[in-house]
Amino acid sequence: MAEQYPILVLLVLLFGALLVGLAGMADRRICFPVTVTALALALAVSLGILQRVINEGVIRYFVAGWSRPVGIGIELRIDTINALVLLTITTVGLLAAVFSFRRVKEDKTEKTPLFYILYLLLIMGLSGMVITGDAFNLYVLLEVSSLTSYALIAMGKSRRAAVAAFSYIIMGTIGASFYLLGVGYLYLRTGTLNMVEIHQAITGLEGVSSAIVVAFVMIIVGLMIKMAFFPLFGWLPNAYSYCPSSTSCVVAPLMTKVGVYVMVRMMLTVFGTEWVFENLQYSQWMVGMAVIAILAGSVMALAQVELKKMFCYIIVAEVGYMVGGAWLANHWGMVGTVYHIMSDAFMTLCMFLAAGIFLKQAGVVRIDQLDGMFRKMPLTMAGFVVGALAMIGIPPTCGFFSKLYLIRGGMESGHWGYVVALLISSLVNAVLFFRIFEIAYFGKKPVEGHGHHADHSERSVIKEARLSALVPLLTTAVIIILLGIFNQDLVDLIERSLKGAEVIGSAVLSGEGGLG
Amino acid sequence: MGEIFKQYVIDHFNFWIAVILMMIGLYAMITKNNLIKKLIGMSIFQTAIILFYVSAGVKDGATIPILEHHAVEVEQVEMLAAAAGHSPSEHAASGHESHAINPDDYSNPLPHVLMLTAIVVGVATLGVALAVSQVIYKNYGTLEESEILAKIKAAENDG
Repeated sequence: MAEQYPILVLLVLLFGALLVGLAGMADRRICFPVTVTALALALAVSLGILQRVINEGVIRYFVAGWSRPVGIGIELRIDTINALVLLTITTVGLLAAVFSFRRVKEDKTEKTPLFYILYLLLIMGLSGMVITGDAFNLYVLLEVSSLTSYALIAMGKSRRAAVAAFSYIIMGTIGASFYLLGVGYLYLRTGTLNMVEIHQAITGLEGVSSAIVVAFVMIIVGLMIKMAFFPLFGWLPNAYSYCPSSTSCVVAPLMTKVGVYVMVRMMLTVFGTEWVFENLQYSQWMVGMAVIAILAGSVMALAQVELKKMFCYIIVAEVGYMVGGAWLANHWGMVGTVYHIMSDAFMTLCMFLAAGIFLKQAGVVRIDQLDGMFRKMPLTMAGFVVGALAMIGIPPTCGFFSKLYLIRGGMESGHWGYVVALLISSLVNAVLFFRIFEIAYFGKKPVEGHGHHADHSERSVIKEARLSALVPLLTTAVIIILLGIFNQDLVDLIERSLKGAEVIGSAVLSGEGGLG
Repeated sequence: MGEIFKQYVIDHFNFWIAVILMMIGLYAMITKNNLIKKLIGMSIFQTAIILFYVSAGVKDGATIPILEHHAVEVEQVEMLAAAAGHSPSEHAASGHESHAINPDDYSNPLPHVLMLTAIVVGVATLGVALAVSQVIYKNYGTLEESEILAKIKAAENDG
């Protein structure tokens, strides 16, 4: 059983989706329990995978037993980094699914089974992207997750949801096609699609092959569109703010983060850090672009009046953190990036869960409508505050530690602009969230005295969110704090993985920095 | 000059065609005002990549990659012999005519098979995109991007 874990994660979700479809025809009420069961099983299996990877090292699983030298099979390859990201995905998936309880039914009654089918397929696609060891298979799963997210976003009640989804489809397809073209160049030059074999072929070539440089640039540009890196982020804010809250809670934390993860995987396992950092001199440029992304995302977040839009621009800035961290060509930068992929997934989840609750219970769309929320919804605000503190980067939360590692990487590699941008962005986040706290705690100043009373009677109806929404939010808050408290253990795992032979092609990173 | 032209254009004309098609598709996706025209551009873009892969698998004078029966048998015998410790050349030298499979005789099937998957992905994307544009038409009564944006702006100014 244990050796079948890698495929089991995907099969559980895939059959879950099938079962939801079949059960949904008979009775819509079955959909939710089936979905949650499938996700809980996937979470359990990914925990098992993590434990196995820690104990036994890299898992190489050949689908249907077509092992490499003879067959042309697809390999699933899991090291510590994938296992951690996989665990993040399944956890976020489960929490967001619990949050969607009853909410989906209220939004669109006839579409409940469809929503859950797409939801499970989305999580399946993302998990598959993380654990696959085959470059073409990654493309297929990338498209599975993208297609499902297009459909989920287009389900939004707002008229603008479909328009946002359409521009996302156009941009997403360009991104995926660039990735596919890059893989084509790689295949023509190396004759294989297996990531490890591509790596061996690239290191075997003498000098820098221009075909492989083109492949690398195409893959990275394609992924940049998918992860909404600064100049290519145009689709993100509308797509994530006009979709239903139960969708944004799963899409916003995961899609961009998995895009970043795939870029990290390409840099580590497929091309290898020696090749990326020593043969190509792109580091300076990429970190520079990341600095612009961080600053631009933060400034645009400041300009927003809508809560969800503000979170969307914070995501743009956070993507800048991670891309910059990965391109620092430094041990701590890479550790920080991998750690930040996990912590940012939970931070973003927390933000969007809270935004969903505010929208549902109090109809809050704009920030100034949060007036007096601490009194009306104390538990929701408690969860929100933890997430906000993590976004700002205040010590016991995971946001502080990921920034710490990223800044350390920036200092050691001498990219001072990146360090400054990170600090400025933290300050901007502090301004953003303390503004919200002020409005929510003290209330806004009564500008017009007479309008105030009418407001009051209307708002006194607002009450605390129901349990199915509170439990995921508070669990996420606890996870954010736990990730922060146990950051040393996680970082040890990531470091061991980067330093050892486990992650192929991390030689440049393991040489520098040291354990400190 | 003629030499360079032959080397870069004639010998790689399949790549040139793929790239030109891709640029046409990309141009349509970015500049066209009508949503359906954008989708046509998207299809051209994806098809160009499929063409790129498929043309990469073709070899001059090669046939379809289906092995003839006896060739497979000989190959298997040779593999068994190799597994048993005899080298294939020994085996061939011991009387049999060599029927070893020459990869140059067969076109490469893998890119073609990959493109089957890519075609399916392309069709699925087109289906979702058409469904979404149908919803847009229901909501806004038009498929022209500029008109939709104008309506969104008008709605924003109202509320």
